[in-house]
Amino acid sequence: MNVIDLRGVTCPTNFVKAKLALELVETGEQVEFLLDDGEPVKNVPRSLKAEGHKLLGLKEVEGHYVLTLEKGAE
Amino acid sequence: MSEQNKKTAIDLNNLKAGGFIKERGKDLFTVRLRVPGGRLPVERLKKIAEVAEKYGQGAVHLSVRQSVELININFKDFDAVVAELGEGDQRVASCGARIRVPTACGGCEYNPNGLVDTQASALEVDRTLFGTPTGHHKFKVGFAGCPFDCPKSAINDVGFQGAVLPELHAGDCIGCGLCAKTCSDGALVMGDDQMPHFNPEKCTWCGDCLKVCPTEAWQAAKRGYTVRIGGKWGRYPLVGTLFATFLPENQVEAFISEVLAWYVEKGTGRGRVRLGDLIIQEGPESLLARLRTKFPESVVDATIAPQIINTQVGTRRIPQ
Ligand code: HEM
Ligand code: SF4
Ligand code: SF4
Ligand code: SF4
Repeated sequence: MNVIDLRGVTCPTNFVKAKLALELVETGEQVEFLLDDGEPVKNVPRSLKAEGHKLLGLKEVEGHYVLTLEKGAE
Repeated sequence: MSEQNKKTAIDLNNLKAGGFIKERGKDLFTVRLRVPGGRLPVERLKKIAEVAEKYGQGAVHLSVRQSVELININFKDFDAVVAELGEGDQRVASCGARIRVPTACGGCEYNPNGLVDTQASALEVDRTLFGTPTGHHKFKVGFAGCPFDCPKSAINDVGFQGAVLPELHAGDCIGCGLCAKTCSDGALVMGDDQMPHFNPEKCTWCGDCLKVCPTEAWQAAKRGYTVRIGGKWGRYPLVGTLFATFLPENQVEAFISEVLAWYVEKGTGRGRVRLGDLIIQEGPESLLARLRTKFPESVVDATIAPQIINTQVGTRRIPQ
């Protein structure tokens, strides 16, 4: 699975990086994003959902978060 | 009559509702334009620029309440300014003891946080209530799209803040925990059953849980405005207090009209009193009871008087 590490990247750069990374992924493929606690984990999932991607889950791993999503249609 | 002291002819009707403000310089005025909700079609903006260039001295001023103000306008040009702006459908705003042009943020139209159509509300209030005389003092209305409240709704005489009441459709929940992580107010906690548990006492009705949930398990049980009344700024600021929750968007005008009717009635004979000070004098129950008869679904059970801000300078007059 694609893993995109957005730790240490602040809003809204993390969201823009996530968008750019998703351009290289096929619709229907799954991707994991690593996100910091706080504003990033609050904002990035919602923005990605609003862009039409399907959020699959969120889990906390050693002080950061792993967001799993399926890429939506272009 | 000689050429030098020819009388200037001005249509005084243009001045009645205000919007013309005396400047320092001789003969110069500011003309405050009516821009409800801060939204200005580009065509109108072009017309404003054209008039400002022709009659002003090179600049306009953007007021803190979202108006474009034409500055350095000679009073002899009033009629021409009003007429030329009118060609572009641009009107002059109001001053004095009247309902002012409502302010609003972008609301839900394009803003990711917006929950209600603040722009539609501002336009409606501008269309129906703008310029209505109160008999006592100015009367300001403002709309915020969500509880972030960028427009500072509670320092208006009547301030509206978009809100949704979330409701869980448990069958659709996949237990991902995103909503609990998103909630800024601690109103959602994931239980041992891998389901979010909702604490209504802590919820500010921001709708973030609805926006993040991947399966739309959170739905809006109610949507509308949180309404605070009695705010103002100036020398002795007040923050308005809660009078209604989830007021439907289509009841905004009727609600303001009812507050205004109470204000007009109770303020009579009391001089230049602002709504918030009048509520402090009368106690909030009187206004609350009046609103409850018309808006029983939305008006809260009890409230407190507008909250005094201690500016630490001057001595606030105790309202009589
Ligand atoms: C995703 C997050 C946010 C977005 C998209 C956002 C958007 C906006 C927008 C569009 C405005 C201008 C509103 C207008 O005048 O029409 C604004 C102003 C403002 N925002 Fe936010 N905002 C966000 C987060 C926040 C946060 C976290 C706070 C405070 C904790 C905040 C406080 C304010 C305040 C006080 C203003 C008014 C600024 C002023 O007086 O000029 N906002 N915001
Ligand atoms: S009050 Fe809410 S909807 Fe309005 S600009 Fe601020 S964040 Fe956006
Ligand atoms: S509406 Fe906002 S405050 Fe209320 S539970 Fe949802 S995220 Fe939390
Ligand atoms: S975000 Fe939706 S699916 Fe995830 S735990 Fe909350 S209600 Fe359940």
